Amino acid sequence: MAGAAPMVEERRVSLVRRAGRGVLIAIAILFLGLLLIAPLGAVLAQALANGFGAYLHSFADEDTRSAIRLTLLTAAIVVPVNTVFGVCAAWAIAKFEFRGKSLLITLIDLPFAVSPVIAGLVLVLVFGVQGWFGAWLVERDYSIIFALPGIVLATMFVTFPYVARELIPLMQQQGSEEEEAAITLGAGAWTTFLRITLPKIKWALLYGVILCNARAMGEFGAVSVVSGHIRGYTTTMPLDVEILYNEYDFVAAFAVASLLALLALVTLVLKNLVEWRASRRMARR
Amino acid sequence: MARSRFRQPSILPGFGLTLGFTTFFLSVLVLLPLAALVLRAGSLSLPQFMDVLLDPRSVASYRLSFGAALLAGGVNAVFGFIVAWTLVRYDFPGRRLVDAMIDLPFALPTAVSGIALAAVFAPTGWLGQKLATTGVQVAYTWVGVVVALTLIGLPFVVRSVQPALIEVQRELEDAAETLGARPWQTFHRIILPAVLPALVTGFTMAFARGLGEYGSVVFISGNLPLKTEITPLLIVIKLEQFDYDGAAALGFIMLVTSFLMLFAINVVQGWGRRRQVAASN
Repeated sequence: MAGAAPMVEERRVSLVRRAGRGVLIAIAILFLGLLLIAPLGAVLAQALANGFGAYLHSFADEDTRSAIRLTLLTAAIVVPVNTVFGVCAAWAIAKFEFRGKSLLITLIDLPFAVSPVIAGLVLVLVFGVQGWFGAWLVERDYSIIFALPGIVLATMFVTFPYVARELIPLMQQQGSEEEEAAITLGAGAWTTFLRITLPKIKWALLYGVILCNARAMGEFGAVSVVSGHIRGYTTTMPLDVEILYNEYDFVAAFAVASLLALLALVTLVLKNLVEWRASRRMARR
Repeated sequence: MARSRFRQPSILPGFGLTLGFTTFFLSVLVLLPLAALVLRAGSLSLPQFMDVLLDPRSVASYRLSFGAALLAGGVNAVFGFIVAWTLVRYDFPGRRLVDAMIDLPFALPTAVSGIALAAVFAPTGWLGQKLATTGVQVAYTWVGVVVALTLIGLPFVVRSVQPALIEVQRELEDAAETLGARPWQTFHRIILPAVLPALVTGFTMAFARGLGEYGSVVFISGNLPLKTEITPLLIVIKLEQFDYDGAAALGFIMLVTSFLMLFAINVVQGWGRRRQVAASN
């Protein structure tokens, strides 16, 4: 019992460990391959099913082009507005102590918690024909639902927390001594923000903006509810994907989807780049 | 005086401006519309409200939404843990790439994941074909919904468990092993208790997200009434029929559920923090 037995036991344990390691890595890769890689591959395979010419031809379609334009326009409105909001919210929350702060943080997170369909629904209830301002809008011959403003508002609702979420924890952790010193030495508010705060938060800000942009361009549920699906007018790229798919125009549907998938991959690359830069800065300190 | 009690004094500028803009924008964009939903649902009479709520089609959709989100959360709790474990504990070629890919479901538009999953799992898709010969059908059944929600929930579990696994004290594991514990015992007694709060948090977040998910589900679920209709889809259908009251009633229930989930996540996180404090004392 004594002597040899522990040795055998030890070798057994290390053998079990090595086998376990191999099995676990295999399970993880298989799981991710099935769930992440296979669908990505499917998008590419379907988009190129009839060759590269057919793939490119999908983008010659005028309705698809206008969907791409609408998506770019929506993101160009939503992302700057949400960025300004995110910076303001982070400044107020991270630099000051006031009552109701944790409630405010919870409320900012709210759009993460509710379904995108709810985001669309509430806008319909406010601005739709039967909604709060419905009659008032009809009188003035102005539509929000089934038009660009509705799409912009729905996208804004859904992507609202992203920038703030990235900045708040970072700015809370950084404290405000440097800003206080600058103000004490006579720097203006704007100068202090641009020269002191912005350089400290720029990578997190960039990542928040990137993520906000990716979600803004890819939002489906909320926009689907308020868009009205008028092809060529109120369809964004994800809605165009849906319409093409339901019309069995698979090559075109997956071609547009491949652009959105590319956007997601670029977002991931930029995210890792930003994280890498941030960790290098941390290491240098 | 009242102002100074509202906030602690600070020499930094911009408090009024930034807080004012934040609360204004939040109120107009988020709170006011949500209030519209609550008021609309509140304007219904109770029988009207219950009619929508207890309609067999609604009840079937809750069952699917809850069941599928719960199952997907469970699948992610198991496999997400394995993924997090391999990423934290093992080094293998391509580990960083795999780690980066975990966030793909966050970044990929839901409509794209939806049609992509349908392409893989449809009876004509490359995996669907093989599964069909064994009699398993994923697309256009509840299984498809579970697959879509698993994809959507994966990053929540992995990203929640990863930091907790890094924090686990390796000395404890080594000690357990020296004292003759089997790998399973070490896992069960040392590792699992340490990461359990993070795992539950990740599971709850994935579950909450799954309840509201729309885009990635509707392409693979087939959307058969009473069978494969999720609750968010039912809201969309009611809106398309201009049944605003019905949509508001269902929306209200979903909103309340979201608040409950938010509360649950906070409770779980608080529990995790208390455990951490207790463990470090």
